[in-house]
Amino acid sequence: MKTKQGFHAFGKEIRRNWVLFLMLLPAIVYFIIFSYVTMPGAYVAFVNYNPNKGIFGSDFVGFKNFEFLIKNGDLLRITKNTLLYNVVFLVLSHTIQIALAIMLSEITRKRFKKVSQSVILLPHFISYVVVGVFAYNFFNFDNGFINSILVNFGGERFSFYSTPWVWKFIIVFFYIWKTTGYGMIVYMATITGISSEIYEASYIDGASRFQRIKLITLPLMKPTFILLMLFGLGGILRGSFDLFYNLIGTNSILYHSTDVIDTYVYRSLVGSFNFSSSAAVGLYQSVFGLILVLGINWIVRKIEPDSALF
Amino acid sequence: MKKKQSEQSNSNIKMGKSNRTLMLICYLCIAVFAILCLFPFALMITSSFMTEREIVAEGYKLFPKNWSLSAYRYLLDNPTKLLSSYRVTITITVVGTAIGLFIMSMAGYVLNRKDFKYRNFFSFFIYFTTLFSGGLVPTYILYVRYLNLKDNIWALILPGLVSAWSIFLMRNFMKSIPDELYESATMDGAGPFKIYIRVFMPLALPSLATIGLFLALGYWNEWYNASLYIDTATKYPLQYFLQKMVNQTSIDSLTSLGHVIDAASVPTQSVKMATAVLATGPIILLYPFVQRFFVSGLTVGSVKG
Repeated sequence: MKTKQGFHAFGKEIRRNWVLFLMLLPAIVYFIIFSYVTMPGAYVAFVNYNPNKGIFGSDFVGFKNFEFLIKNGDLLRITKNTLLYNVVFLVLSHTIQIALAIMLSEITRKRFKKVSQSVILLPHFISYVVVGVFAYNFFNFDNGFINSILVNFGGERFSFYSTPWVWKFIIVFFYIWKTTGYGMIVYMATITGISSEIYEASYIDGASRFQRIKLITLPLMKPTFILLMLFGLGGILRGSFDLFYNLIGTNSILYHSTDVIDTYVYRSLVGSFNFSSSAAVGLYQSVFGLILVLGINWIVRKIEPDSALF
Repeated sequence: MKKKQSEQSNSNIKMGKSNRTLMLICYLCIAVFAILCLFPFALMITSSFMTEREIVAEGYKLFPKNWSLSAYRYLLDNPTKLLSSYRVTITITVVGTAIGLFIMSMAGYVLNRKDFKYRNFFSFFIYFTTLFSGGLVPTYILYVRYLNLKDNIWALILPGLVSAWSIFLMRNFMKSIPDELYESATMDGAGPFKIYIRVFMPLALPSLATIGLFLALGYWNEWYNASLYIDTATKYPLQYFLQKMVNQTSIDSLTSLGHVIDAASVPTQSVKMATAVLATGPIILLYPFVQRFFVSGLTVGSVKG
């Protein structure tokens, strides 16, 4: 009865405000087609997909696709890699972003400040394909920049593209390289938001710059830091596909230490057309990702209700 | 005011040795990091101007002995595929940005109007899509099987067209518009769409610039959807063309159109870098003019998503 009334009111509202509804319609249709329609499609993770029969016509196999991935160790390996990389990314990048934001805000020369801020933000604007080109430029065996230096100084060439462990560092380096400017600006906005009266008071009290940073700036940045950290943890199962794929590509020698969930999902689909395992890993990521976000949001709501996402 | 100034100069005098070392460290760290950010660009550019012989013999260098335009000359002599990638990228950037901005600004406007009763419901409807998605495989099947967009340029435009995040950014940007403005415009007899064009759009120009920039950047840097859906080389966008180019040991198949070129005469290694320069060039040239929109968008967006 109640829903019927609800629909009635909804219909009335549409008739009255039809122009507004019409203006919202394209966005809603977009999300229905490209997000909501694909959601039930996640069912493909539970079937033995046969293109001729379609998703819902293929044979149901239950959790077999997942079992297979657990048994051959793939799921554990890529989950471990994803978590480890993301934790290192989070900790290292936020530390560097905060440090640089504080340093930059201490600097009084306007020109230096402006130019260096622009330069540090620049990497954010280029594509990860170009980052892949940079890596090639630096590390390729025959004519890479590093190898040409090594040879120049009488050393041996180093085969980066067949040495898995170095890529852990290279990946982290390029992650920091590309994302620092973005995060730094977010933190600088926080610092700018600190009331200048507090700083003036500290001048009068004769606090040194170092004391000011330690006793005023850092503590006041803490809430932003905690929030960004928490939201970062919410996305800890996803991300950085562009980075990993453009640096590693289809170089299977490096997979063991560089394969993450997103690269696995992509490669299973594009490389081997293994729809079932790709979909199974994708669903695993979506479900646990959702649980993580909900959990984190619950925590954020406890400590700072205003910043909660919903 | 005067008192504050004297206080300031006082503290400057008091600024002891430790403060000066601290400042020195600040300048130094930032300078080092900034140079680190620029270095790969510099190396890429100088590498693109090297002679093939020097690269093969001694590798890529920051300061080559001989400068040469041979890579660029080669690309100019075999421009067909590079030009078609440029055309694809420019098309998707212009079309995608225009359509995306139109759809998202309308949505942002409707959700911004407090007299729109169901705005919370629709906000959540849009927001939920960021929490859960069907994943890559169902999306792929949707594009290929049901929308028939395999090898179609719309498969590059549609995926990034509308984003929940941008709609909310738009709405947050416009929170400062008072309701009375809409009300008085309605009193004057303007319909919702007219208010959107005449009142909302002019006020929203800065946020349109920011979101337009996000969109355009996404389309310019697009390679992912091309790798999923595009098969024909003439439909490759620029970044995907570049990715293929770098991963190829012999690039003549990518640049020439069937006729045989003496493979040894192709300056392969420098052409790779020159292509990267040409693919990034427009962004670097526009960067000084557009970055302030980006910074303002970041600052608003970070307050609340």
